[in-house]
Parts: sequence; C-alpha cells; structure tokens
Amino acid sequence: MVLGKYSDIMTVKTTDKTLQKYSQDGGIASALLIHALETGVIEGAIVAMPTDEPWNPEPYVATTPEEIVAAAGTKYVLCPLNNALKIAARENGLDKIGMVGMHCLTYAVRKMQLYPFGARHLPNKMALLIGIFCTENFSYTGIKAIVEELHKVNIEHVQKMDVSKGKMIVTSNMGERVEVPVKLTHNYVQPGCYICPDLTARTADISTGSIGSPDGWSTVMPRTKVGKDLFQSAVDMGLFETKPIDPGKTGMEMLTKLAQNKWDRSEKTRAERAEIGLPNPF
Amino acid sequence: MSPFWKREKKSDAENIAEMQTASPPAAEAKTDAAPPEITVKPAEAEAEVKEMAAAKPKVLTAVMSGCTGCLISLTDNYDILLDLLDAIDYRYETTLADVRQIPDDQMDIAIVHGSICLQDKRQVDDIRKIRQNSTFLVAMGGCAGSGCVTRFSVGGQSATPSHESFVPVANLVKVDFALPGCPTGPEVIANTILAAVGADLEYLKPLAELAGFACGCDLLTKIIGNGLCIGCGTCAMACPTRAIDMAYGRPHVNQELCIKCGACYAQCPRSFEPTFEMIEKRVMGVE
Ligand SMILES: Cc1cc2nc3c(=O)[nH]c(=O)nc-3n(C[C@H](O)[C@H](O)[C@H](O)COP(=O)(O)OP(=O)(O)OC[C@H]3O[C@@H](n4cnc5c(N)ncnc54)[C@H](O)[C@@H]3O)c2cc1C
Ligand code: SF4
Ligand code: SF4
Ligand code: SF4
Repeated sequence: MVLGKYSDIMTVKTTDKTLQKYSQDGGIASALLIHALETGVIEGAIVAMPTDEPWNPEPYVATTPEEIVAAAGTKYVLCPLNNALKIAARENGLDKIGMVGMHCLTYAVRKMQLYPFGARHLPNKMALLIGIFCTENFSYTGIKAIVEELHKVNIEHVQKMDVSKGKMIVTSNMGERVEVPVKLTHNYVQPGCYICPDLTARTADISTGSIGSPDGWSTVMPRTKVGKDLFQSAVDMGLFETKPIDPGKTGMEMLTKLAQNKWDRSEKTRAERAEIGLPNPF
Repeated sequence: MSPFWKREKKSDAENIAEMQTASPPAAEAKTDAAPPEITVKPAEAEAEVKEMAAAKPKVLTAVMSGCTGCLISLTDNYDILLDLLDAIDYRYETTLADVRQIPDDQMDIAIVHGSICLQDKRQVDDIRKIRQNSTFLVAMGGCAGSGCVTRFSVGGQSATPSHESFVPVANLVKVDFALPGCPTGPEVIANTILAAVGADLEYLKPLAELAGFACGCDLLTKIIGNGLCIGCGTCAMACPTRAIDMAYGRPHVNQELCIKCGACYAQCPRSFEPTFEMIEKRVMGVE
C-alpha cells in the first residue's frame, strides 16, 4: 500500500485566522503542534525556523505558539531538523518532544527509536511526529538557482513558494506571481531524494499535505493512536473544519497515483544504481 | 573457580613481567586481515538459537581495552534492567559481579566491550576463547566495534609501554553483531540482548554489517559519496563529541574531534534501512 497505514483520510482546514494567513496549505501542521503544546502532549517542537539568510531556515526548538507560527510555511530547502533532537532533550530539557518532517526526517527518527546507537534516552521522549508530504527537496544553492534563474526573482524578495499542478509558483513580496513547470527544476533536485520511496510520510503519527485537497485545504491522515487522539481532540475543540476527501481525479486518485509514481521512481533508481555497482542502503 | 579472596595475589611488577614475556601475538594477528574462521555462522546458529530461546541463554560480558562506559550504558536501562537480567543466565562479568575466569562451558551470547590490545596476551587469548565458546559474539560499543578512542594509542606509556596496538574485536575474531557509539545507547543494548534471547534475527541482521574500522569520514565516502545523503542531521545529533556541524544540509566532520566511534554512520537513515513493517509494528504500534 503506497500510502502506508492510516485510520482515516479527509480534507481539512484550520479555523485559526492567523494560521490561515501564514501557513502553507490548511495550516494543519502548525495548528496540531500548537494544540499538542497547549494540551500537554508535547513540551516543545522542532520546526524549520527562518534565519537572517532568506530561505535558509535552521532547526529550532519552539516552545511557544508564537514560535510555531513564526516557522509556518514550506521552505523547499534542506533543514536538518533531526540535529535538534538532542538539543531539545538536553539543552531545553524536554521530556515530550514534537517534530514536523517529510518522510526522510520522520523515518530517521523512527530508526533512531528502534536502534538508538547515539541517542541515549531519546526514543521515549519522542511524543509526536507530524509528517508532511514530499516529492523532493533542494539544497540552498539549488533553490536559489531555481528562483533566480528560472523565475527571475531575487531570493531575498520571495514571499512564498509553492508547488501545485505541475508548476512551481513563486510569489514575490511585491505581489508578483511567477510560475515555471516543475520539470525544469529537476536538475536541481537533491540526488538522495531519488531513492526515497515515500510521498506521505508513512512513519509519522499523522500526515498532511496539499495533494488530494483543494487550495487552502489539506489532506490529513491520522496513523497512530497518538495521531488519531490528537486530531480528534482538535476537531472536538473546533480547531478544524473537515470534509470527506474527494474520491475522484483531483482527490484520492491523484494522491494514490503520485504516491505510486514516487514508489516506482525509488525502485527504478535503486535498480539502476545496483546495475552500475553503486550500493543502496542495506 | 576459586573465590577471589583465595586467588594468588601477584604484584604489579609480576603481572607486567608476565604480559611482556608472553609470546607477541602480533605476528599471527594481522591487523585488518580477514579474521580466522573460528565461529559458528549465524545461519547455522539459527536453529540452535531458536532452541536456546526456550531456556535462559547463558551470557557473559567481558571487558577488554575500554573505559567500561558501555557496561554502564547497559545498566543505564533503569526501568527494565531487572527484567533484562532476569531474562538471561549471567555467567561472567568482572565489574558487576565478581567472576574472574572466562568460563569453559559454551555461552549463548558473549558481549565484549573494549578493543583488543595485540600486545596483551591475556586479551588475545581471552577473545579467542570467548569466540570459540560462544554462539553469538556482540561487540558492544565503539571500542569493541571499531577501536574508537583507543585507536589513537601509539604506546610508549607507563606502566606498559609496549601496549600500542588497539584493534577492533573483528580484526581478530568474527563479530556477529556490533553496536557502534561511545558509549552505545542503553536502549539499543537492551534491544539487542532481548533480540538475541528471542532469536529475533530481523532486528539483529543489520548489526552484522557494522563491525570494523569506522570514522566520521564514512559519511563522505559511504553516504554523500554514494549520492545517498538527504541532509537530515541525524549523524550530527548522534555524534558524542559534536564533531559534526550541519551547513547547507550536509555534515561537515571536524577530524580533530572525531573519535571514530561509528555512531554517525550507523544512525544515518541511509546506511541501513529498517523495513516499514518493522517500524510500524515495533515503534508505531500499528499493524
Ligand atoms: C521539501 C518539501 C516538499 C514538499 N512537497 C510536497 C508535495 O510534493 N506535495 C504535497 O502535497 N506537499 C508537499 N509538501 C508539504 C506542504 O508544502 C506543506 O508543508 C504541508 O501541506 C503542510 O502545510 P500546513 O499548512 O499544514 O503547515 P504549516 O502550518 O505551513 O507548517 C509547515 C511546517 O513545516 C515545517 N517545514 C517547512 N519547511 C520545512 C523543511 N524544509 N523541512 C522540514 N520542515 C519544514 C515548518 O517548520 C512548519 O512547522 C512539501 C514540504 C516540504 C518541506
Ligand atoms: S523526497 Fe524523500 S528524501 Fe527527499 S526530501 Fe522528500 S522525503 Fe526527504
Ligand atoms: S564523527 Fe562523531 S559519531 Fe562519527 S565516528 Fe566520529 S566521533 Fe563518532
Ligand atoms: S544522517 Fe542524514 S545528514 Fe547525516 S549523512 Fe546520513 S543522510 Fe546525510
């Protein structure tokens, strides 16, 4: 099953006006983190926080709703969030740590929980993993080249980046909107992404992304008991508007198809690597 | 075995003289050469291990050249330590118990921490005897697995100046499973012992590939150099000496700080990959 195990799947959006403004899609990731923080499920969360260098975020241990809002929005660039796990536990002294991340980040946390070679007493401190969908990611130089050479927008003037319907869309802080076909960005994709098999972050407690839902809404998939309970309590408190996911072409069909494509790309890349004698992870 | 208070007491000088007159093992122990095949293959061991899981397995833990930190890490399993000790028949341990002779009977699981000093005849003899007498040999922690800090030794120090070559256990005998890290994590030790007790080869399998020389540069040669890095920062998180800085999504290893414990490579999600089924069942609790 290319979407992994999940208990439910639906289309959701936050009712919070601030998050609607700053979030990437339905505001699910940030709203869930804030709710988890306020209900004591977590004591802090690792997020991708903007720095002085535009679009080069750093891992940050957020312990207030304001900090979580400050980190909302997608940065299509590498951000080594897992490096902050020990900082959260040892320097911030958190016993219940939350984290957001694509497949690769959440999967690495799960591997760490299963085989904690260099992660003493961290496995039981991981209280919540929010997964975000991901097709691929870019190095900082890669994304800078994309927006400056393809979109012709100075990276310092980029307000928002988004990928939708085969286009990478850049909105500048002057309100200008430039689209280029995602295809053109492929030269800049991080090489390691090509063996990544998982679109929907199947090892997270609850996953979310834009594919499968209309603009401004998100697809949400609770997976574990932690994810289900957190989502249910947020819905009960009126934090989310929910509706069934569209089973058709732009909904479930599209999500399954793109997840299958990613799975197949990984299988194909692994086979090609093996053929020329390159090792794959064992 | 005579109790310790009845043992013949030797002076330090006598002990040192004994070690130094011992035949130098360096000639037969070729560093980095293929280890001699004096072990039971995991495949052959499988049936045997299934059987032994019914009874309590006989376990020994033996310290070679290391700081004993990995043994402390084992005991750092507070909540489940008693259950863990209860699941095994603990036969030999010089720090937690007072048993001084490696037992002659067959062990099911031998856990070794510390590297082997080639000039210390006792260690060389002991590790060969342990290998011969045990079904599974686990190299617990960086020193046993990869040499770790002891790799920096160049000898010439009092009281035993001739002790200069400290090598991973795997350089002398076959290691079945290695646990990198300095020290290696308490939970991964507990998981490994319980997996060995329960003949859980799915869990143990990747650990079979982790013995031998290690270094932060493994990230360059084996991960980035193979186009596998995804910039997650897990390596930097795992490093006990903070030798790794993440810059623009890639690890940069400060060789001055790297102690060659192997934690970074083992912890990297792109070295070995546990299956989704394993993660769902064992960590996420969904089936
Ligand atoms: C590299 C990347 C590729 C993606 N590709 C797809 C895709 O192909 N299809 C799809 O449907 N969705 C994709 N997404 C997810 C999507 O862009 C949104 O992040 C997701 O829908 C969550 O939106 P939200 O409004 O719920 O979250 P928000 O409230 O906006 O919060 C987003 C959270 O993500 C974190 N974050 C932002 N950038 C990064 C980063 N680089 N690394 C780690 N965490 C980060 C922030 O810290 C924040 O906590 C991708 C995300 C990333 C980071
Ligand atoms: S494609 Fe996979 S490896 Fe690449 S950033 Fe996304 S989740 Fe990580
Ligand atoms: S870089 Fe750090 S984790 Fe890696 S081998 Fe060196 S000391 Fe160990
Ligand atoms: S742990 Fe992550 S950042 Fe480090 S080498 Fe592996 S993939 Fe790259």
